[in-house]
Amino acid sequence: MGLSAAAPLWGPPGLLLTIALHPALSVRPAKGPAPAPRDYCVLGAGPAGLQMAYFLQRAGRDYAVFERAPRPGSFFTRYPRHSKLISINKRFTGKANAEFNLRHDWNSLLSHDPRLLFRHYSRAYFPDARDMVRYLGDFADRLGLRVLYNTTITYVTLDKDRQAWNGHYFILTDQTGQAYRCSVLLVATGLSVPNQVNFPGSEYVEGYESVSVDPEDFVGQNVLILGRGNSAFETAENILGVTNFIHMLSRSRVRLSWATHYVGDLRAINNGLLDTYQLKSLDGLLESDLTDLAIVKDHEGKFHVTLKFFLEENNTNQSADSITLPQDNSDNFAMRVAYDRVIRCLGWNFDFSIFNKSLRLNSGNPFDTKYPLIRASYESKGTRGLFILGTASHSVDYRRSAGGFIHGFRYTARAVHRLLEHRHHGAAWPSTELPVTQLTSAIVRRVNEASGLYQMFSVLADVVLLKENASAFEYLEEFPVLMLPQLETLTGRKARHGLFVVNMEYGKNFSGPDKDVFFHGRSVGYTEDAWQSNFLHPVIYYYRQLPTEQEVRFRPAHWPLPRPAAIHHILEDFLTDWTAPVGHILPLRRFLENCLDTDLRSFYAESCFLFALTRQKLPPFCQQGYLRRQGLASTQSLRQHGVESRLLRDYAAMGRHLEDSSQRPGNHGPVGVPPDPGPPAPVQSLDSNKEEL
Amino acid sequence: MSSSFSIYRVGISFVITCIFYKSTVDSLPELSPQKYFSTLQPGKASLAYFCQADSPSTSVFLEELNKAVRPLQDYGISVAKVNCIKEEMSRYCGKEKDSMKAYLFRGNILLREFPTDTLFDVNAIVAHVLLFLNKNIYYVTNSIYGVSTNYICVYFIKYITTLEDLQNIENALKGKENIVFSYVRAIGIPEHRAVMEAAFVYGTIYQFVLTTEIALLESIGSEDIEYAHLYFFHCKLVLDLTQQCRRTLMEQPLTTLNIHLFIKTMKEPLLTEVAEDPQQVSTVHLQLGLPLIFIVSQQATYEADRRTAEWVAWRLLGKAGVLLLLRDSLEMNIPQHANVVFKRAEKGIPLEFLVLHDVESIISHVENNMHMEEIQDEDDDMEDPDSDILDIQDDEVAETVYRDRKRQLPLELTVELTEETFNVTVMASDSLVLFYAGWHAVSMAFLQSYIDVAIKLKGTSAMLLTRVNCADWSGVCAKQNVTEFPVVKMYKEGKNPVSYTGMLGTEDLLKFIQLNRISCPVIITSIQEAEEYLSGELYKDLISYSSVSVLGLFSPTMTTAKEDFTEAGNHLKGYVITGIYSEEDVLILSNNNAATLPALLLARHEEGKIESILLSTHPEITVENLPTYLRLQKPLLILFSDGSMNPQYEKAILTLAKQKYLDMFTPCWLNLKNTPVGRGILQAYFDLVPPLPVLVLVNLHSGGQVYAFPSDQAITELNLISWLKKLEAGLENPIIESQNYSVIYGLQNGCCVSRRDNINLVHLHQSSWVTRYTVNEQLYFERKFFFSINVLSSGFCCSALFIRHRQSKLSIILEGPRIFGMVNEYHWLHHVSFQL
Repeated sequence: MGLSAAAPLWGPPGLLLTIALHPALSVRPAKGPAPAPRDYCVLGAGPAGLQMAYFLQRAGRDYAVFERAPRPGSFFTRYPRHSKLISINKRFTGKANAEFNLRHDWNSLLSHDPRLLFRHYSRAYFPDARDMVRYLGDFADRLGLRVLYNTTITYVTLDKDRQAWNGHYFILTDQTGQAYRCSVLLVATGLSVPNQVNFPGSEYVEGYESVSVDPEDFVGQNVLILGRGNSAFETAENILGVTNFIHMLSRSRVRLSWATHYVGDLRAINNGLLDTYQLKSLDGLLESDLTDLAIVKDHEGKFHVTLKFFLEENNTNQSADSITLPQDNSDNFAMRVAYDRVIRCLGWNFDFSIFNKSLRLNSGNPFDTKYPLIRASYESKGTRGLFILGTASHSVDYRRSAGGFIHGFRYTARAVHRLLEHRHHGAAWPSTELPVTQLTSAIVRRVNEASGLYQMFSVLADVVLLKENASAFEYLEEFPVLMLPQLETLTGRKARHGLFVVNMEYGKNFSGPDKDVFFHGRSVGYTEDAWQSNFLHPVIYYYRQLPTEQEVRFRPAHWPLPRPAAIHHILEDFLTDWTAPVGHILPLRRFLENCLDTDLRSFYAESCFLFALTRQKLPPFCQQGYLRRQGLASTQSLRQHGVESRLLRDYAAMGRHLEDSSQRPGNHGPVGVPPDPGPPAPVQSLDSNKEEL
Repeated sequence: MSSSFSIYRVGISFVITCIFYKSTVDSLPELSPQKYFSTLQPGKASLAYFCQADSPSTSVFLEELNKAVRPLQDYGISVAKVNCIKEEMSRYCGKEKDSMKAYLFRGNILLREFPTDTLFDVNAIVAHVLLFLNKNIYYVTNSIYGVSTNYICVYFIKYITTLEDLQNIENALKGKENIVFSYVRAIGIPEHRAVMEAAFVYGTIYQFVLTTEIALLESIGSEDIEYAHLYFFHCKLVLDLTQQCRRTLMEQPLTTLNIHLFIKTMKEPLLTEVAEDPQQVSTVHLQLGLPLIFIVSQQATYEADRRTAEWVAWRLLGKAGVLLLLRDSLEMNIPQHANVVFKRAEKGIPLEFLVLHDVESIISHVENNMHMEEIQDEDDDMEDPDSDILDIQDDEVAETVYRDRKRQLPLELTVELTEETFNVTVMASDSLVLFYAGWHAVSMAFLQSYIDVAIKLKGTSAMLLTRVNCADWSGVCAKQNVTEFPVVKMYKEGKNPVSYTGMLGTEDLLKFIQLNRISCPVIITSIQEAEEYLSGELYKDLISYSSVSVLGLFSPTMTTAKEDFTEAGNHLKGYVITGIYSEEDVLILSNNNAATLPALLLARHEEGKIESILLSTHPEITVENLPTYLRLQKPLLILFSDGSMNPQYEKAILTLAKQKYLDMFTPCWLNLKNTPVGRGILQAYFDLVPPLPVLVLVNLHSGGQVYAFPSDQAITELNLISWLKKLEAGLENPIIESQNYSVIYGLQNGCCVSRRDNINLVHLHQSSWVTRYTVNEQLYFERKFFFSINVLSSGFCCSALFIRHRQSKLSIILEGPRIFGMVNEYHWLHHVSFQL
């Protein structure tokens, strides 16, 4: 294992491990009198830890947050190195709807306190990280969250106990050797270990976590940056103007977030180097597998890139100058220049070191060390009762949705909290029960304002559970969509009579690092093409019963959900305003009608009156409104429009006509009721409809 | 199942004489019955529509009939509208419903009567008349240009339902005659008319066979069964009876012109040999706009070339003319290697000399050159019906609100509340709050009524009318526990809001606001006050809002009863006025009103007298109060009256009610002046609004039958009793068998009346995100049903016509997400099949 001498600020893994082992050895024998268990322990007072603490606090649960730093959000005191957050702080949307505005607020945590919105903390669109620290501090203080600061949990293990909620307690040991017993452990420690790649010469490489941020240190230098994520580009952006050139080396091609629709990919705010590369200004991007490379230092202290293969063949690697370089064979090798600096910006890994192996947080696969192993419910695959929150839980939707970022994991934390409330406190997943007549508008309302659906698209989805005969439904918000097979046990709600899932999706073939997202005709405008919508749009899935785990596991590639009985795409909308009566609501209503075999239209009281006397079964709107003496009266002007549109009939005029004719002389009694010209026969009316169109 | 429906299955051939008659008159003549019958000529067919003289001169049917005058005249059938005038009644003038019929005469012999609903448009009229004439031996005089000739067309038109029928016909005609076989989706639609017209012209030459069975079409291997099909069976050429007749599919849409062109090309020889300049050659094909293909042949390869040419000719039958061009005897120069010459129908386009090495490339060349037009056609077809339909709003509330969107409402009469102002406002003053959403149609419809209330209360009410748009202020709505729209809540001193549960309309809301001005129940403190209360003096300004005033009388010791009453009063707050009196002298009041304590007195103010029941014995049914009476779960005995009720009738009913004859029913009446929608109901019952008043018994709660009191009897006590007895004994026939129509909601977004056995939605997913649905429906329509749809359509009668019955199978296949928007009446009318 290569020790990174250049990272003194950070406990190098080896060192940390020894520290971790020490208390482990010393605590175990001293276990003796077990401390009273806490119900919930949260590791880390970063955004995810505080968010979870908020929900636990509001529910009145017994919990504590453990934070090694003296204040929340210590990550942001150091990172990003250049202090600029790339999560947008959109203060104005032109809308009053607070829920909707959260769709464009990437920094706030969820709370009931409107003062705790990030827009009150920074005016910058890309805010300063120090504002985030201040915000998180306020969040914890104002809400009175129970955080144990300066408490470094150094070791976590299990204590089997049948009494415990999950059959075991989590034993947390802090730096002083004090142990805490917890029924449920919520790990929100983020990704804190810089990712390092081992190759010959990696000791010459400076890390993102410690490299100088002063451009003066790079004046007139040739710089090689390893990596192509936002930290790599952020580093490059800072020194772009003073270096001779910057070369950026990574295994695979650059992924632009506006092409992949993934916020973790390269954001436009950082991509100045792409500009200068493509405008032939000496900077450049290269693709190669780092593990094949080697870096050698020459006598002048400059670095040369060569292949590991050459080093191995050259046993006498004493003299750097004698090592074969690629340009010796191939004289136009791209990286044949000597570099003054090599900087590593390869991302971060989860810190597994404090967790006992019995927790089985990782698979043991050495190539799979970025994220702990979790289910779609954010519970550890190896240990019941252990949940991963925040950035470390991003394996669920890595490179797809926003689960690794504040604007995503604030919702997943809420989902985890709801699961826990049901599991341990018998509180079923919150839901609203409404009559089926409200189904269309319930969905329209959510797709137009819900922020959780929007941010965590295809990960969290709303679920509509139908009641018997589809007369009513329960609306569950933001359920982890891949947990659908276990919905009944996880939420305490019943899904016996079919369900709808309301999800948000990009077009199937729209996103990707090599996709042209500006192609002509990228958006569709007609309802019949709605299924080809590309931009984020609502998609409704209908299932007659809950999908099974098999179906979820073997769902078609790139589908967020298994095949439904029916599916409906709400036409994408440039303004993300899906309330157009004909373009959005009408097709949605018809889809729901088709699925439920019912009539979801609304009717004026007069129409219901007619139905009530001419048929036995009434549309639900009449049943649930008119028959309960809550019919909808029409007004003069609406009635007029109804007659013009031929959806309503002018019965009064019909009567007038009959009266006129009966006043004529020579007409007696019942023989001659003339054909009534009032109502247009359908053939005609529809024909003329068509002509209008 | 339903094979008994196949009344068109006429397997016998008919000898038919057609006599063409050409008239210069194109408009619909209007005649008196006498005049009409005098004009009838022996052997000449005539279609007459009998109606009352004073009936309107424009109706949909008459318009369509007028359109049919010309096409029917082309077939020698005259059309007339006969006005039944009082002086000369004809039996065809009929009574009531019969007045809607049209009659087909030959000479003065009645051939057939058609209910007008079967003749719903010009296509249906022509198709039905021709259909009927085709089925009968029929002589017509033909006079063209004044020259009268009689000639006889003998032809066959056969309706078949099974493949076996088709095979039988085929076998019978092998070596004798060719067959034109067509499938149309329904009788009466334009394609059907086109086939009938073709049969009229070509029926002497070919056997016409018609089916409406999709299964039959499938079984002969057609794809794309959504459309009408026409095949030409070349049976005349077949000599070996075991051989199948060759079939040529007509690829163009079924129109009269296209069928005509197609059949004409079938008449042409398959292959012609020519030895002249292709530029000069002209055949029928060119006149019909079809290209010509010349296969260039040489003496040496003549036999092979001819075989090839024949093969090509078969393949291109109906698409192009094929000729064999003998190069050796040709004077003009044809390029050395060219073996095919292509000549377009358009004039002035040079010949194309082609080198094509196989039959397929010749055919594809021809098809590609026709392709341009076809693609355009297809596009039109695809877009035309479907995309239009997606956009047709069928929700009356959504549509009317949308159409009204540009009208400015005086919204300023109500206070718009926000997150910031909500709490302050409802704390500061008694407020009525409407929670709505700007995009929600029902909310917006009700907002109009709400504004109307504000207009009416302007400056007079202490109640502040406010509104919260939940689309903007979702937080406020969530905090007030508003999960659906629209909701009205009344806040007094900011606490315990009361939800309004009345009708979403101006009047009821106004009543609610007004009645909420007083506490409920009102505590009455003296006998005199109680009398004033009951007489309506006490709350003079409010009694118009409350149909009754309730007064609870309790002795001071009846604590629980008083509490219960007070609670009930609270519930009724805003709907009726309640009062409570429990002073020591309460007995005086109860004795005065012949009641024992505890007692409830109800005062109805319209009549100024105190009654002891809330619901009247013989109420007038209105849109507002029907739900209340429906809750009694009894059959409604409704008198439909145009204007106020006949007092004699009312007396009869009240007497019967007193004698307990009507205990099983809810006797009521409906004033068409107050409730015009009653006419719609009568139409549903009687097809046409009958003479009023009319008494019906509507058994909604069990069975759904509707019975009408005989119109020839006077509504008297005795007649009523005997009618009711007959009803009880099951001796009366209902005018509507059952309203137990299971409604195919959703599929067609219509609440349409159809009986249905099962709906089976089969869903097949394609990997391409295209969803394909097949709707298999089994429907049995009654004539009645079709009629009601056709005539009564008012937006909610629907589209059930989309589904064919018989043989249990008809599938409408729609692609992709279209399924969700496709359905409405118009669309489905194209898929109609109905039987009369």
